[in-house]
Amino acid sequence: MPPIVEITALRKAYASGFEALKGVDLSIEEGEILALLGPNGAGKTTLISTVCGITTATSGTVRVAGHDTVEDFRAARSMIGLVPQEINLEPFERVKNTVRFSRGLFGKSPNPALIEKILRQLSLWDKRDSQIRELSGGMKRRVLIAKALSHEPRVLFLDEPTAGVDVELRRDMWEIVADLKRDGVTIILTTHYIEEAEAIADRIGVIAAGEILLVEDKDKLMSRMGKKELEVQLSEPISDIPASLVSDALRLKADGTALIYTYDTKSERTGITQLLSDVAAAGLVLRDVVTRQSSLEDIFVDLVSEGEAP
Amino acid sequence: MNWTAVKSIYVFEMARFFRTIAQSFISPVLSTSLYFVVFGAAIGSRIQEVEGVTYAAFIVPGLIMLSVITQSISNASFGIYFPKFIGTIFELLSAPVNFLEIVMGYVGAAATKALFIGVIILATAFLFVDLQIQHPFAMVGFLVLTCISFSLMGFIIGIWAGNFEQLQLVPLLIVTPLVFLGGSFYSISMLPPVWQIISHFNPVVYLISGFRWSFFGAADVSIGVSLFAIAAFTALCLSVIWWIFKTGWRIRQ
Repeated sequence: MPPIVEITALRKAYASGFEALKGVDLSIEEGEILALLGPNGAGKTTLISTVCGITTATSGTVRVAGHDTVEDFRAARSMIGLVPQEINLEPFERVKNTVRFSRGLFGKSPNPALIEKILRQLSLWDKRDSQIRELSGGMKRRVLIAKALSHEPRVLFLDEPTAGVDVELRRDMWEIVADLKRDGVTIILTTHYIEEAEAIADRIGVIAAGEILLVEDKDKLMSRMGKKELEVQLSEPISDIPASLVSDALRLKADGTALIYTYDTKSERTGITQLLSDVAAAGLVLRDVVTRQSSLEDIFVDLVSEGEAP
Repeated sequence: MNWTAVKSIYVFEMARFFRTIAQSFISPVLSTSLYFVVFGAAIGSRIQEVEGVTYAAFIVPGLIMLSVITQSISNASFGIYFPKFIGTIFELLSAPVNFLEIVMGYVGAAATKALFIGVIILATAFLFVDLQIQHPFAMVGFLVLTCISFSLMGFIIGIWAGNFEQLQLVPLLIVTPLVFLGGSFYSISMLPPVWQIISHFNPVVYLISGFRWSFFGAADVSIGVSLFAIAAFTALCLSVIWWIFKTGWRIRQ
């Protein structure tokens, strides 16, 4: 099946000369949840804004279900829902009116039953006639989601949906996302909370300094996380791993002061005992032993710092 | 055409107007009544007839134009500036609508509001002076065209403005002088010859003149020229807006 969103060589340079996107390629499959992780200023929002038509690309193309977002913007945009990061709402407008407006703007005929369903699902039904300025921050965020859902998008972009949101609302948000996925909606969310990506995403993309550094299945990434590292620090640096110790799991630290052994904590035998006796047999003297678990956060930090290196 | 979107924008904008309906009506009615008291009754009684009509009646078309032009510009500029200011414009930019649909929604609503107020002022005028409208259809036509063309101009100002001061700047520095010097309170023929020539560069002269013709059957400039001037002004505003949306100037980075 062709991807529902296909981004090809997308570049965006602002008038100031700042290059926010440096040739992004990304394919998003129908029905998946993709989490885009990245530090502030990585280009997450620019990427979403360019796909949605809020900013214009310097070069490159975006297709949504085969429709070019510039040439065939009506078809492309009518499939997309966007929940922006900033709470952009008219303070004096009433909840139901603003949601109804969004549906109309996307050319859909009025559907009070659907609007009611969305408002109930987001616990906004009791507030339907309230002015938006009377709502709490979390409620306002729900209104933004209701607006985006009102026109029944097939692809939903959530830009930092849980930034500054309390734990309870965050859980609610995750449930809403799971419900939408069940309805077959493709979801792209940006976040810098790694636990959020872990909790709901199918795939994880890492973006930094305008480049996609990695897009990988979450489970594969998680299996990497299940691994532990044992660092065997040596009293004397060595230049090569002794022949008797060579294995896929073992590597030498760049400065030669330690051996790093990767093992799976879940397997029956970790191989640590064997390794230590082999190290002793090879005549190496140990100074210290350290273990650590790699997390998605480490992978993320490593990737991002590599991406930022000159 | 995404007519549903046009209608949605129009209804949404009109709702803003109806929320503040009382102040929307009271202030123009009050200010027009003041004009009639001051210029019509107090000063007007000492001014001789202009082009065969009493001074109080003579200023009615000019007063309506003054309010309608000011209202069109402020309604339309605020209507599009406000979403820009609070950020809700993201929704317009990401919706499956083109520039014509956005303009029809916003400018249509702004023009409707201005038209409402024009009609209210006309009704108020009947309370103060004895008026007869010789060409009612032409009168309505001029009124509607003025509402639309100046709402288009207001829309451009709203997109151009980077802050609330700028939003007030163009109406204050350019539009108000043009309207006052456009013959709201006098006939161009009352001016010295040099100023008569200069006045012909003021587009508002053609509007007020044409509008006054529809009331009294007499005009400073010929009706054909008036119609041409207002059509040209509308076309100019439309092409500027088309260019704005094509290039994304001040709205799309």
